[in-house]
Amino acid sequence: MSDPAITAELVQKHNLTPDEYEKVKAILGREPSYTELGIFSVMWSEHCSYKNSRPLLKTFPTKSAKILVGAGEENAGIIDIGDGLAIAFKIESHNHPSAVEPFQGAATGVGGIIRDIFTMGARPVCAINSLRFGPIVTDSQAEAGELAAAANNRRLFAGVVAGIAHYGNCFGIPTIAGEVYFDKSYEGNPLVNAFCLGVLRHEQIARGRASGIGNPVFYVGPATGRDGLAGAAFASQDLTEESAEQQRGAVQVGDPFMEKLVCEACLELLATGAVEGIQDMGAAGLTCSTCETAARAGTGIEIELTKVPQRAPNMTPYEIMLSESQERMLIIVKQGREEEVKRIFDKWDLPWSEIGRVTDTGRMVVRNQGSVVADIPAKKLADEAPIYHREGREPAYIQVVRSFRLDTVPDTTDPVSNLRALLVWPTIASKHWVYRQYDHMVRDGSVVCPGSDAAVLRIKEDSLPLLSAEAAQTAKPAVEKLVALSVDGNAVYVYLDPYEGGKIAVAEAARNLACTGAVPLGVTDNLNFGNPLKPEIFWQLSEAVRGLGEGCRAFNAPVTGGNVSLYNQSPNGPIDPTPTVAMAGLIELPDHITTQWFKDEGDAVLLLGEPVDAADPLLGLGGSAYLQHVHGLKTGTPPRCDLEKEKNLGLGLRSLIASGCIKSAHDCSEGGLAVTLAECCISNLVARETPRLIGAQIDLRSMTQVRLDALLFGETQARVVVTTSASDAVKTVERAKLLGIPVQRLGTVGGDTLTIKVSAGEYGWKVAELHDLWWNTIPRAMKD
Amino acid sequence: MNFAVLQFPGSNCDQDCVHVLRNVMGHSARLLWHKENSLGDTDAVLVPGGFSYGDYLRTGAIARFSPVMQAVQAFAAQGGPVLGICNGFQILCEAGLLPGALIRNRSLQFRCEQVYLQTVTTASPFTNRCRPGQILRIPVAHGEGCFFADAETLAQMKANDQVLWRYVTAQGEATEMASPNGSLENIAGVCNAQRNVAGLMPHPERASEAILGGADGRLIFESLIHSLEEKKSARAA
Repeated sequence: MSDPAITAELVQKHNLTPDEYEKVKAILGREPSYTELGIFSVMWSEHCSYKNSRPLLKTFPTKSAKILVGAGEENAGIIDIGDGLAIAFKIESHNHPSAVEPFQGAATGVGGIIRDIFTMGARPVCAINSLRFGPIVTDSQAEAGELAAAANNRRLFAGVVAGIAHYGNCFGIPTIAGEVYFDKSYEGNPLVNAFCLGVLRHEQIARGRASGIGNPVFYVGPATGRDGLAGAAFASQDLTEESAEQQRGAVQVGDPFMEKLVCEACLELLATGAVEGIQDMGAAGLTCSTCETAARAGTGIEIELTKVPQRAPNMTPYEIMLSESQERMLIIVKQGREEEVKRIFDKWDLPWSEIGRVTDTGRMVVRNQGSVVADIPAKKLADEAPIYHREGREPAYIQVVRSFRLDTVPDTTDPVSNLRALLVWPTIASKHWVYRQYDHMVRDGSVVCPGSDAAVLRIKEDSLPLLSAEAAQTAKPAVEKLVALSVDGNAVYVYLDPYEGGKIAVAEAARNLACTGAVPLGVTDNLNFGNPLKPEIFWQLSEAVRGLGEGCRAFNAPVTGGNVSLYNQSPNGPIDPTPTVAMAGLIELPDHITTQWFKDEGDAVLLLGEPVDAADPLLGLGGSAYLQHVHGLKTGTPPRCDLEKEKNLGLGLRSLIASGCIKSAHDCSEGGLAVTLAECCISNLVARETPRLIGAQIDLRSMTQVRLDALLFGETQARVVVTTSASDAVKTVERAKLLGIPVQRLGTVGGDTLTIKVSAGEYGWKVAELHDLWWNTIPRAMKD
Repeated sequence: MNFAVLQFPGSNCDQDCVHVLRNVMGHSARLLWHKENSLGDTDAVLVPGGFSYGDYLRTGAIARFSPVMQAVQAFAAQGGPVLGICNGFQILCEAGLLPGALIRNRSLQFRCEQVYLQTVTTASPFTNRCRPGQILRIPVAHGEGCFFADAETLAQMKANDQVLWRYVTAQGEATEMASPNGSLENIAGVCNAQRNVAGLMPHPERASEAILGGADGRLIFESLIHSLEEKKSARAA
């Protein structure tokens, strides 16, 4: 089969602009071959090159004394957690594949991010995820179109969750935290952001470098097929009506069993010291792994395609180079130690093949039956993709948002129904339907499971990768560590004010960590936006990045890497701008681990932080769940994020936790104070079908000057509800004041109702009824 | 005691079992690769959870043919104690060492959650340290844990007191809601007629330390260790 001729049309089909094509020709000094055109097309896609976002990403803080491998250096960043141990973590999107084929799209998203972690030499020990879908429920007047759309959203939701469960459960990694939002803007373009964290000793960090001229290059893992052809390029286009039909072939098929074996074999091989460099074949498969490893080492690489294990007959060089078949790794082995690779991969019954050598030419040379099919300067291909400084323009809707007056919204007359309505809003309702499908306990490290503000994972000796027999004799036993994790991103805030919304995403993650007793260490972010060529979208992106960067600086939580997913738009338009922030933190002592639910009758309930924004008490309603769900309005200036206040709150809360007087801590987010209090009463699950419910008597009569809706449902930032024993209450209030945190006593835990007294009257809810609404909403919606 | 924890390709609770036996219970435990033909110096065998051989074909269906399982068959035939957890239970059923079969959960979904187990009988090496009827809180994590057996097998099992654990409510009632998978008569774990081989779907190794939210699972390991110690002292005497 001969290659097609390179025409302007073919270049366009590969998503290269005429200018980019000229640059390709300048680099090569000639016309590219068909295979080379394919290689440039995937490497210069947004997914691989960040060509539209790189100037913005450079503004993120990426350094701290604890960073061992920084953003952009390798496949994932690595942070020191003390005692010679470190964590590697990263988040990555699989949005487009999940839109087209939810089960496999999400499954391979998990597989890809796990590989990024063990590529660094770390043992993957937990996964988390952040998901967005269109609405899964409709109101009673819904038309046929809306009903069909909701049914499709449910199909995508169910498929994605099942795919994540399938891959993570079989691999044997606990999926320990996550978040799910439902909003119209994700209809047709769901978001699937998958995160993985691994653990290793400092000296075990592996590099994706093709160093050492003459070293053999090994391909390990299953054979290459035609699946996932040019997935990276597909991820860098708008979704269209035809995507589902045309692009299904671009979605890969995952095999978590294979990944488990490849992971164990790679860790075993890394322990031998025979590995010079290692990289997974993720996006852009063999192409990306070969040229990136050579570019990092400043070397060249030469491979022979007939040696690449192939699953389908008659695959062309173009197909082999662009395939995104899963669970494959590229390993550069120290010359003379090839036998160790063979021994270990044979032990695990895994395919391996020596496919090439490291060279000193600086070129990536691909041969097929001896003849050259691609010959490209590796560094220019990997590192010199075009960079665009796109133009941003404030979208027209922002003016409308800013001029919206929250005081034109009438105050609530029925807070009792409002709270019920918020608890059945799927974004707020319990997500146990999701996480009960994930094995969140395997590996014996899950200390705080999904369902509290942040997850807590115990790191112990067997969380670490293997050591060689000699190293094991002298190694000190690992010191146990407690890592806390949260992922957050309220996209409605970002839509209404990308800068404040960006800050809030970071602040909320930090607040969630503080509620468990953790100090933030670092962040990995996933920027999910629409088409960056549209100035309005680019403005959202750049403003959000500015806010995210400021947030990370405030908490001394540098960005260690992440992912940019652009072109998230379907024929309905762009998604809400959705940066998701996954933050990792460390808890000093087991005694500091704190959960969100109320503990005992008679405990005192305290609010840390201002009840409402003193400058504008109504501000907490802008972009709130209450305004969206009860009034059907997605507008208003969202709550302000004062990073100094947030920082103080975090420091103060951790100090109170360390003093031993805090029995529970839960941050105020979607749904405001009322939803927070309700969740504190109903979220303690002891066992299957066995919640431990407990009421509370809350008295807000001292707050007379505040509208009821803003007081109960406003989402003013920097607030946490905590409890202490009755005898510690006075002491805790005094201590909080000394720490400079606004504090007031709200009431007492106990009984079987949640009652809230305000100056206008008293409202009460049976906690059993609140629990039923909150707990069963999603299972009921998914029943059909 | 010396425990052997089997390691198949796709086992993923193997390290957890070794961790608990070694670091929590203070005994010697080692991983045993599926290609081994011999168990070596072993007092008891643990068949851990996971997705052996990817659970291709049927859960546990391929693992039963592995070399190490032939050694386990011989060990069990001589009365050696064998405990299968989750995928290990599925493998032991496939291997014919335990009665019944484990099929897809009635919900057709994977379930990971804490459940209550009632100790149906204390007359086994796996339950002797429990009080009669004692309720244990232990998590499950499986997609195919619905226990099934034909009427004749079930009657025989009951006659022989082979049902060791049932899913119950916190109050000890074996209701439909108490079961995470729809098992026949809420059966969560069983033993063979000789009482030296047992399997259960819940994971006692995930419930053996207070920091993980409960230590009820320890009772199962303590029972096994107790019976091994009794056997040893009987032999010495």
